[in-house]
Amino acid sequence: MSICFSGNEAVAYAMKQINPDVMGAFPITPSTEIPEYFAKYVANGEVNTEYVTVESEHSSMSVCIAAEAAGARAVSATSSCGLALMYELLYVAASSRLPITLACVNRALSGPININNDHSDSMGARDAGWIQIYAENNQEAYDNFIMAMPVGENVRLPVMTCMDGFITSHAVENIELLETDVVRKFVGEYKPENYLLKKENPLAVGPYDISAYYMEHKVMQAQAMKMAKARILEVAAQFEKISGRHYGLLDEYRMEDAELALVLIGSSAGTAKAAIDKLREEGVKAGLIKVRVFRPFPGEELAKALSNTKAVAVMDKSEGFSANGGPLFAETRNALFDQKERPYLIDIVYGLGGRDFKVEDVEKVFGRLKNIAATGEIGPVYTHFGHRQRGEQA
Amino acid sequence: MNTVYDLKREVEKPERLTGGHRLCAGCGAGIVVSGVLRALEKEDRAVITNATCCLEVSTFMYPYTAYMDSFIHSAFENSAATCSGVEAAYNALKRRGKVEDIVKFITFAGDGGTYDIGFQSLSGAMERGHDMVYVCYDNEAYMNTGIQRSSSTPRFASTTTTAVGSVRQGKIQNKKDLTEILVAHNAPYVAQTAPIGNLKDLHTKAYKAIYTEGPCFLNVLSPCPRGWGYPMAKLPEIVKLAVDTCVWPLYEVEEGEWHLSYTPKKKLPVEDFFRAQTRFSHMFQKGNEWMIEEAQKYVDQKWERLLERTGG
Repeated sequence: MSICFSGNEAVAYAMKQINPDVMGAFPITPSTEIPEYFAKYVANGEVNTEYVTVESEHSSMSVCIAAEAAGARAVSATSSCGLALMYELLYVAASSRLPITLACVNRALSGPININNDHSDSMGARDAGWIQIYAENNQEAYDNFIMAMPVGENVRLPVMTCMDGFITSHAVENIELLETDVVRKFVGEYKPENYLLKKENPLAVGPYDISAYYMEHKVMQAQAMKMAKARILEVAAQFEKISGRHYGLLDEYRMEDAELALVLIGSSAGTAKAAIDKLREEGVKAGLIKVRVFRPFPGEELAKALSNTKAVAVMDKSEGFSANGGPLFAETRNALFDQKERPYLIDIVYGLGGRDFKVEDVEKVFGRLKNIAATGEIGPVYTHFGHRQRGEQA
Repeated sequence: MNTVYDLKREVEKPERLTGGHRLCAGCGAGIVVSGVLRALEKEDRAVITNATCCLEVSTFMYPYTAYMDSFIHSAFENSAATCSGVEAAYNALKRRGKVEDIVKFITFAGDGGTYDIGFQSLSGAMERGHDMVYVCYDNEAYMNTGIQRSSSTPRFASTTTTAVGSVRQGKIQNKKDLTEILVAHNAPYVAQTAPIGNLKDLHTKAYKAIYTEGPCFLNVLSPCPRGWGYPMAKLPEIVKLAVDTCVWPLYEVEEGEWHLSYTPKKKLPVEDFFRAQTRFSHMFQKGNEWMIEEAQKYVDQKWERLLERTGG
């Protein structure tokens, strides 16, 4: 069924089709619409989820952790400072191996306060032990949410499905919906082995874990994240059968013979693809790699996809303040280290706090790559893009 | 519940908090927890929540748990939200026919996790109306981290962050009256109690809290030998002095109705309670008589106000 949905409505609709046991609900722009849509489903009896309207995102994640541990399937949605407020509990969720599903509608972190899109919120939580899957558009936001539970519940890790605030969450697009019974069958029932409410066998969750055990638990957690890669692909293959839509860890666009390439995440991929089509007509061998899964990071796959390129720009939509480039750059450069032949690599931090990124901006980046490939002169490795220079008028 | 309380019969029930936990000798917390859990009907299951606190690290050190019931701990400031999340899951699973029997939800947290860092989470859970019991075992400071002041610490008490020196001597502010704040949440049952005597008061109130539908709150005085400075064996006496000096009055508020649970035959002067603990020893130094006077005045005012409210 084809329908016109915003990204938020698409995710809320996926939640309705899944009919989770518990939802932790708290408003924050731009994810607020998700609990709003869901409240209507609750009010109309379209779901029978226990809808818990908490007093903070901290409690929202606490409710999800407890509910999931109790044997229920729990979901929530948040953005920006809301995710930051959950920070402590993101780690608790992951280390307790509770497969919660969280829709993160990416928005810049304060301060100063800014409600528009960048990836600083979820990138700030990138090492919390959550699987992170990013959507380029509304269709992917819907699809990713449906794939999240079969992934997370299998490897027992929580999953964050991310989409770009406003650009994806609020813009309306035509998307294809699956039938509800198809979604329910695909997602299946949540059947944890042990849970708090299991009558036969009481369970204790959240111990004081001394140094004699803590490290073993962390190693198991790390192994689960490694295993998640194969599971994500397995679920994607199953999803393709019911939807006809193909998903990988990365999305390669016109990479077959690409000499110059961008590596980026999220909705900017659409802009980049339009620019690449234009450049291809002009004879530029341009290509794009959209990183769909950031955790676990598909390092080997990325290195392979970039193996025949000459110059690559990593586009980071969050700063990171490492003074050595953004988080996507760090991962990409790391992934390329074992390659015998490596492309020239630069990092461009762009689009912070909703700063627009247009087709002509992508062309400018490719112009720089073209120069680098031709001369071998990289220039500054790590730069910012789209900001005014000192003295320039707004 | 049997109408006549019988301690002997109660202690013959299988313990839900088993021995072997690592709480200090002379600590009130273990007595409070086992006392509250004893009020559960034998056949009813419970899921216990803890905030991060002395109790939590002493009762669930991996791979051993002292609880016979299911248990969850997640963080310091979210035990009320955590308990409400388990209750939410119970409602959902019950509605879907996946859980059938009766399960009760009880949280234990210290005063730091309740009066301070967990206050918002507690207020939210009480307002939402989950069917749960929140038990604060109030030992009047952050004991798990080594005796730092909380908003529950009484005025003049010495802690490691309200040190006694030549310019300042102990805590400056009075204790926050959390029980009253919980009454203001219109919770169906709010009570102040202590592990006193044969534990009847604690048992009766715990039973009411557990079997009253909706969010119920118990504030239980829980002395700490390390933080308060008393010999381990003196725990029952310390509790009795707190109650008989009216420093910690026992009362309950049922559906907005205030009832006084206990009136001392002879109201003792507050200095009797203070003298028994090293955290107040500086109050007995020459020149500090005003401290005891101020403290007495404050306790008297609070007591008079409570008598007015309870019609006592």
